[in-house]
Amino acid sequence: MDQFLQHLMNGIEAGVIYASLALALVLIFKTTGILNFAQGEMALVSTYFTWKLAEWGLPVWVAILVSVGVSFVGGALIERVVIRPVEQSSPLVIVIVTIGLFLALNSLAQVIFGTDAHLMPRAYPNESWDLLGVNVEADTLVLIAVLAVECVVLWYLLQRTKVGLALRGVASNPESSRLVGVPVGSMLMFGWGLAAALGALAGSLVVPTTAGLTAGSMQSILVFAFAAAALGGFDSPLGAVVGGLIVGVAQSLTTAYVDWLNDIEIIVPFGLILVVLLIKPAGLFGKVRVERV
Amino acid sequence: MSGVKRVAGWVLAFVGVAVALLLAIRILTQSLDLFDGLFNDPNKASTIDLFTEALYIGIAAMGLNILTGYNGQVSLGHGAFFGVGAYTSAILMFDHGWAYLPTLPVAGVICLFVGVLVGIPALRVKGLYLALVTLGLSVVFPDLTKRFVNGTGGTNLLSLKTEQISPPDWYDWFADPIADPLTDYVGSRDQWAFWLSFVIAVITLLCVWGIARSRFGRALIAVRDHEAAAVTVGIDLARVKVSAFAISAFFAGLAGSLSVLVSRLANAGKVETFQLSILLLVAVVVGGTATVWGPIIGAFVVVFAQDWIGEQETLTDLLDAERAKLLSPALFGIALIIMMYVLPDGIVGGARRGLRALRRPRAAPSDA
Repeated sequence: MDQFLQHLMNGIEAGVIYASLALALVLIFKTTGILNFAQGEMALVSTYFTWKLAEWGLPVWVAILVSVGVSFVGGALIERVVIRPVEQSSPLVIVIVTIGLFLALNSLAQVIFGTDAHLMPRAYPNESWDLLGVNVEADTLVLIAVLAVECVVLWYLLQRTKVGLALRGVASNPESSRLVGVPVGSMLMFGWGLAAALGALAGSLVVPTTAGLTAGSMQSILVFAFAAAALGGFDSPLGAVVGGLIVGVAQSLTTAYVDWLNDIEIIVPFGLILVVLLIKPAGLFGKVRVERV
Repeated sequence: MSGVKRVAGWVLAFVGVAVALLLAIRILTQSLDLFDGLFNDPNKASTIDLFTEALYIGIAAMGLNILTGYNGQVSLGHGAFFGVGAYTSAILMFDHGWAYLPTLPVAGVICLFVGVLVGIPALRVKGLYLALVTLGLSVVFPDLTKRFVNGTGGTNLLSLKTEQISPPDWYDWFADPIADPLTDYVGSRDQWAFWLSFVIAVITLLCVWGIARSRFGRALIAVRDHEAAAVTVGIDLARVKVSAFAISAFFAGLAGSLSVLVSRLANAGKVETFQLSILLLVAVVVGGTATVWGPIIGAFVVVFAQDWIGEQETLTDLLDAERAKLLSPALFGIALIIMMYVLPDGIVGGARRGLRALRRPRAAPSDA
């Protein structure tokens, strides 16, 4: 039983990591209607920035805050400069542009910060406690706390404020929003800035729990984050979190208990997505879009 | 026309085209110093390989265009079909001692069936979600090969021996006499890979051209533009969508099989498979979605642009060699973004727009 609880805990540990990036993906989709393939690499650059600031002697949590702030501005600038010119084009063109951004950011990060793995410092002491025979890491608790706060803040922002209403309006119908006086451009920039800031926070907290900061740090996480977001429904922040946890736990339990899936555990999250999407094409918590014909 | 007659007609047409092509190649290689001039650059041994690569990437992109361009289903998983094709050929030669040529159609047909298997669940999923589910293919496939392929030293890498990828004896009839493997860079193996890819590419182009103008092609477009309307006029949605998946997978499989002739191995890394999937999509969009010529043009642009950016000397002067190498994906990414600004409808689409603008008489100035 202890063994099982430990595996469950490991799964939750991985799950909160996926969930924190998935949340950023969902946010960008919810506010701009774009699937951002460069999300992971934007977070990567932010994380490098945090690392550099910390190396220059700033306390880690200050470095993270500064990086989150800078990333907000950076994300907004990317929307204004890179995405805006193709905003009216077909979704496929926008996908290609975010892929171009993905390639550019990843290789620029390597050119600027080098290809060696860097040790990423934590903002808090790295402790672990024994809870009913289960080893609980400080990392997990911090990530859970941050995720919970993010969820509440996002929910409040999107559902209970005027800005949030405008953001949702822009995502669902830019034309009508513009007609009723919503500054569509600013809202799109705001959405991208917010997602970039979330990514910066996620990256800066997640990378210390991994082997080290390299240009590939975010890619495998991004894949699982996509899985989590698809599972939960792309327009639901809560779905992203639940999806992340399901993917993490499923992965950890199959690794532990299902021998014939050795080395191919990755089938599990994608198998799950497939099953969920076959039954509920909009994801677990996603809203079904009704189209007028 | 009855089904059998139509299929027979297609087969006859293909045989005719293939024979015509082979004769043309024979004349080309025997009368022109093609390989001596165009491809045989003493400074660069790999020029012909680049051409071959552009051809097979183009074949896969033309197939993907049927799915993504004409039918509107975005796939990020065609790197996996490509991989299935490569492994099919490699395994048949490696473990079962087949000659290369018979493995080519087998690779295509196996991918066709895998395409049907993937296409059926994909029916439920649309747009963004489909892109993600197919992304899953790219991610899962390398792990599957690691588990089930017994390659060199327990890895999933299958490398082939020289004689396994050598051209069959009858190829000598076509071989460029100038290209002597002892003195020239372009040996008969490279030529063989090039011409085979060329023939398949031409056939693929004809197929896409035929499909785009057929009843099936119009059904593809109708489904893309308006599913409900398409169903109303009696189009079998499931059949059309799954067929599009299967056809595109078939061509990706052929391309993967051809790639073995150049790379001399079958391998699947996670990053590589994903990048290949992206590259195919990029080739389609850069060339022009839902155009016959677009994807192959896009493939040439993408393959040669990457190579050209990679060896710019100004870059190596500015930065050290290692950093210059790191920077080339960034330049490619930026070039891609700029390309999308200037030509959102791709090269072929942009060219059409330009031509139309030239033909149209200039409108009289509206305000005097």
